[in-house]
Amino acid sequence: MIIAEKKPIEEIIQEVKDFDRILILGCNECVTVCEAGGKKEVEVLASVLRMYFMNQGQEKTIGERTLERQCDHEYLEEIRNIIDDYDAIVSLACGVGVQFAAEKYLTMPLLPGVNTICLGANEDRGLWTERCQACGTCVLARTGGICPVSRCAKRVLNGPCGGSTNGKCEISKDTDCAWQLIIDRLKALDKMDDYEKVAPVKDWSTDRAGGPRTVTREDVKI
Amino acid sequence: MSEYVSNSRLERVLKAGHLGVTSECGPPRGSDPEEVKKKGLLIKDHVDAVNVTDNQTAMTRMSSLAACIHLKLLGIEPVLQMVTRDRNRVALQSDILGAASFDIPNMLCLSGDHQSFGDCAQGQNVHDLDSMQLVQTVRYMRDEGKFLGGDDIKRPPKIFVGAAANPFADPFEIRVPRLAKKIACGAEFIQTQCIYNIDKFKEWIRRAADRGLTEKTFIMAGMTPMKSVGMAKYMKNKVPGMDVPEEIIARLAGVEKKKQAEEGINICVEHIQELKEIPGVAGFHIMAIEWEEKVPEIVERSGLYPRPEI
Repeated sequence: MIIAEKKPIEEIIQEVKDFDRILILGCNECVTVCEAGGKKEVEVLASVLRMYFMNQGQEKTIGERTLERQCDHEYLEEIRNIIDDYDAIVSLACGVGVQFAAEKYLTMPLLPGVNTICLGANEDRGLWTERCQACGTCVLARTGGICPVSRCAKRVLNGPCGGSTNGKCEISKDTDCAWQLIIDRLKALDKMDDYEKVAPVKDWSTDRAGGPRTVTREDVKI
Repeated sequence: MSEYVSNSRLERVLKAGHLGVTSECGPPRGSDPEEVKKKGLLIKDHVDAVNVTDNQTAMTRMSSLAACIHLKLLGIEPVLQMVTRDRNRVALQSDILGAASFDIPNMLCLSGDHQSFGDCAQGQNVHDLDSMQLVQTVRYMRDEGKFLGGDDIKRPPKIFVGAAANPFADPFEIRVPRLAKKIACGAEFIQTQCIYNIDKFKEWIRRAADRGLTEKTFIMAGMTPMKSVGMAKYMKNKVPGMDVPEEIIARLAGVEKKKQAEEGINICVEHIQELKEIPGVAGFHIMAIEWEEKVPEIVERSGLYPRPEI
């Protein structure tokens, strides 16, 4: 899923302070699971803002709404009939949701309430970690199912680099060396012979380098 | 005698069966060319070629290529170090051609320290290619005379291509397979990480020799003299992938402070003399960090001077 984390409240206050009627818009998908932008976080943020502006002696209308998804026209349409009641929306969706809403409601200021971090997994309670960078050409079949693109700090496709120490990356002793994990998996799979196959120069045109990416499926178009 | 792939003196020395000697020169954090020239001239007569580091530890410095040109113009043979951290395949190929236009005859392909260690921790890194793919790229440009994109290169680069190896990084068991991979990519010489754990290095090179790898590439053993016990402890504890045995630290700690530097040189010379006899060791890469003036003494005391006439 997409992992996000809440923006500092000071930053959000700075962004919304000049608006009188603010809608806090949550999303029921990824950001709910990673506890950054679901219904619960909408309530908390709305309460904090109300308290802050009350203490400042300012009267603000702060509305709350959480949609099933913000990356889908169907659900974003649900706020069309209330949107004129607000001067700005703070979206707690990932960057996708914020933009999709902005594109739909052209004259409405859309402010992000979270920082979108990565594509990751819920590794433990309160711990979300990156697993994929959507490079567009998956290499996992050749790397024991562990991704060197997202999990190696140097995206080394023929690793590990010389900085791997006791299974950890040179950038931090808290970061696993992706290539140690790959080698551990190749050993478990009895596929260490694969280690010596050289990964060729990668086609990054399917990654960020190729510009905004699209997937078109004629078979599912209406 | 093998056919030469470049005009490199280093290539000729190694292929003639002599122990090669290289050293290292870190470009300055400024634009004064005299600093590079001064370092180069200190070691000129005692080495076959001088590596010029590429923004080592991710600290922004004068460009490796520019510093190489300064050395080359003084008649000192450079080894252009190039990391994949800062440049994509367009820039790498372009700089390779730039180096070749000055007839810089050697190159060392590296991934580079992570930028978080340096002065631009908030910067992007590139890593469009990794170090092995960079080796493949230079070899392709040289041997096929083509760009990665497939077009012909007018006057392809004639460059002797090297890579680094760290016999001490983890996991140890893949250190030899990893060397094999670099050789398969086209690495013609290898410069190793600084060696302090002689037994572990011997084990690594024995395993490499068992696989016939020492016949396929020239392995130059990396040597860095310790200036003090403090440096030894720092190397042991703070530098990723460095293996400094306790006995080295104890030996340095065992002499009075003002004699530690001399003891560090003694250890370095002893290690070179021991490794000279080891099958598969093709030469020495002496990295006297900000201590270039000691290189001539180390080379002479190790019996590696004078350098052979080629």
